Amino acid sequence: MSDPSVRTAPVGLPAAVDAVPAVRWRRLPRGAVVWRQLVRNRAGLAGGIILLVFLVTGLLAPLLAPEDPYEPALERSLEPPGRSALLGRDELGRDVLSRLIYGARLSLLIGVIAVAIGVSAGVPLGALSGYFGGWTDLIVQRVVDVMLAFPGILLAIILVAILGVGLVQVMVAVGTVSIPTYARLVRGQVLSLRAQDFVEAARALGATPRRILVRHILPNTLAVIVVQATLQIAGAILSAAALGFLGLGAQPPAAEWGAMLSSARQYLRLAPHTVVFPGLAIMVTVLGFNLLGDAIRDALDPRLRLPGP
Amino acid sequence: MWRYIVKRLLLTIPVLFGVAFVVFVMVRIVPGDPAQIMAGQQATRELVEGIRRDLGLDRPLLVQFADFLTGLLRGDLGRSVRSRAPVTEELAHRIPNTLRLAAAGMLVATTVGVTAGVISAVRPYSLVDAVVMVVALAGLSMPIYWSGLMLILVFAVWLNWLPAVGSDSLAHLVLPATALGFSSAAIIARMTRSAMLEVLRSDYIRTARAKGLAERVVVNRHALRNALIPVITVVGLQTGTLLSGAVLTESVFAWSGIGRLMVDATLNRDYPVVQGAVLLVALSFVLVNLVVDLLYALVDPRIRYE
Repeated sequence: MSDPSVRTAPVGLPAAVDAVPAVRWRRLPRGAVVWRQLVRNRAGLAGGIILLVFLVTGLLAPLLAPEDPYEPALERSLEPPGRSALLGRDELGRDVLSRLIYGARLSLLIGVIAVAIGVSAGVPLGALSGYFGGWTDLIVQRVVDVMLAFPGILLAIILVAILGVGLVQVMVAVGTVSIPTYARLVRGQVLSLRAQDFVEAARALGATPRRILVRHILPNTLAVIVVQATLQIAGAILSAAALGFLGLGAQPPAAEWGAMLSSARQYLRLAPHTVVFPGLAIMVTVLGFNLLGDAIRDALDPRLRLPGP
Repeated sequence: MWRYIVKRLLLTIPVLFGVAFVVFVMVRIVPGDPAQIMAGQQATRELVEGIRRDLGLDRPLLVQFADFLTGLLRGDLGRSVRSRAPVTEELAHRIPNTLRLAAAGMLVATTVGVTAGVISAVRPYSLVDAVVMVVALAGLSMPIYWSGLMLILVFAVWLNWLPAVGSDSLAHLVLPATALGFSSAAIIARMTRSAMLEVLRSDYIRTARAKGLAERVVVNRHALRNALIPVITVVGLQTGTLLSGAVLTESVFAWSGIGRLMVDATLNRDYPVVQGAVLLVALSFVLVNLVVDLLYALVDPRIRYE
């Protein structure tokens, strides 16, 4: 990124192209550049707005929900969307909208805990593996290989098989599954950073490996971790809902989106609304994270910067 | 090339060993007495003892692991706690079904994905491109079991065109394969688009156009062929996604395959069956990845020299 040759325009491009952006970008601090790129990416902005709505819904669930999500009203079971319930009622007569709002809260929690587990275990593993190399690297990477040998949701199912069925178990499972991805990602970053001059300089000044890692190397991997975390939350919500759907995750009466789908699917014919809306909620939320994740990645990648003011 | 193949094969061995170890440990680290848990709370003492003996849980761990490995090599995965049938038999019944579903899903994913990607790339930043990419992103964000349910709702419940559940005929295959293939199609479309865009900008495409070739020939013969290299990798990697997607799809469509077997066994705590199914899926995943890597090296000679 600091390589000056990158900024020289290739032969054949009009002079104006290399004259405008190069000077300007160098003056702005990196964070400001990234932020401006992010805001000007419309898809990313849409993602951000979706996530803001999701976040507010999750945090303020008790204030926003029109009804108690757990209070059954059997006489109004499977009522279609209408005046009394905007998105209809489920098989026990509970308000679907209120349950979706509380579901946002659960999904938010799942996402945050999954990322916390993934980052707190994966980042140190990757950093140590990349920095020290040798036996540490060999062992960590073989463990990572084995974990990655189980496709997608399979590892989560194994963990649930061991830990038992339930929401907490699912959070642990979904978080654990993401550890190898962070370990790989951070290791790659550390490997390339380790060889750079500023690390060499720190080492020459007598900094301990711990200080070099924490003060000099890890801050530089932050961007990649943020992108990965954004995308991981999407994956975590999807996986947790999938486990809920399979009956391996949150159990009724929990207002978890996947578990809602799981109990609603048998009423697909009678009351499609009970199936349509929880799925839409999952899709829109995941879409938001994907849009924002893509946008952050593009904003951080200087080759993809949008030209302009 | 041979050196590369041998190296990759050797690297696979510790992974397979690790997978076997994870599967072995899985049953043993369950909190509580695994034999009791598998047998259920109301089980007779004989049943619990029987399971304990079956799994060799009463012997030293190292002996157990050695037995487990030799059993694996002989193709012996133990017996199901519920049905008492050998696990290999249970798996063998269901493998063809899962293979059929995965193959059909792959077909949907590649045809839809590559076509959509090419259409997008030929007219970048047009309305068609925008629509394709938005649909692809939605496809990526859609839970596979939900798109399955929506397909059932539209094509089985409302239109009554196709059967909703079961795995008997070709008609039964259409909806699950579409549900399974769609999310992979989305990823393949995105990859194809960016690879095509990159290739379409290259000098030899300009040359092809300059010498007056029809645009169709330029796109299909010159561009697509070269853009396919990264696409092949993505398609290969998607095989793994399809395998885990099959677990969910099978549950939605009551498709009698490995995935459904695994989920049911997990719910029943029938560990020998879970072990067998997990082992089978992980093994196929590792082997598919190996084949993809080798194919990739075959298609792109630059990789071998790294």
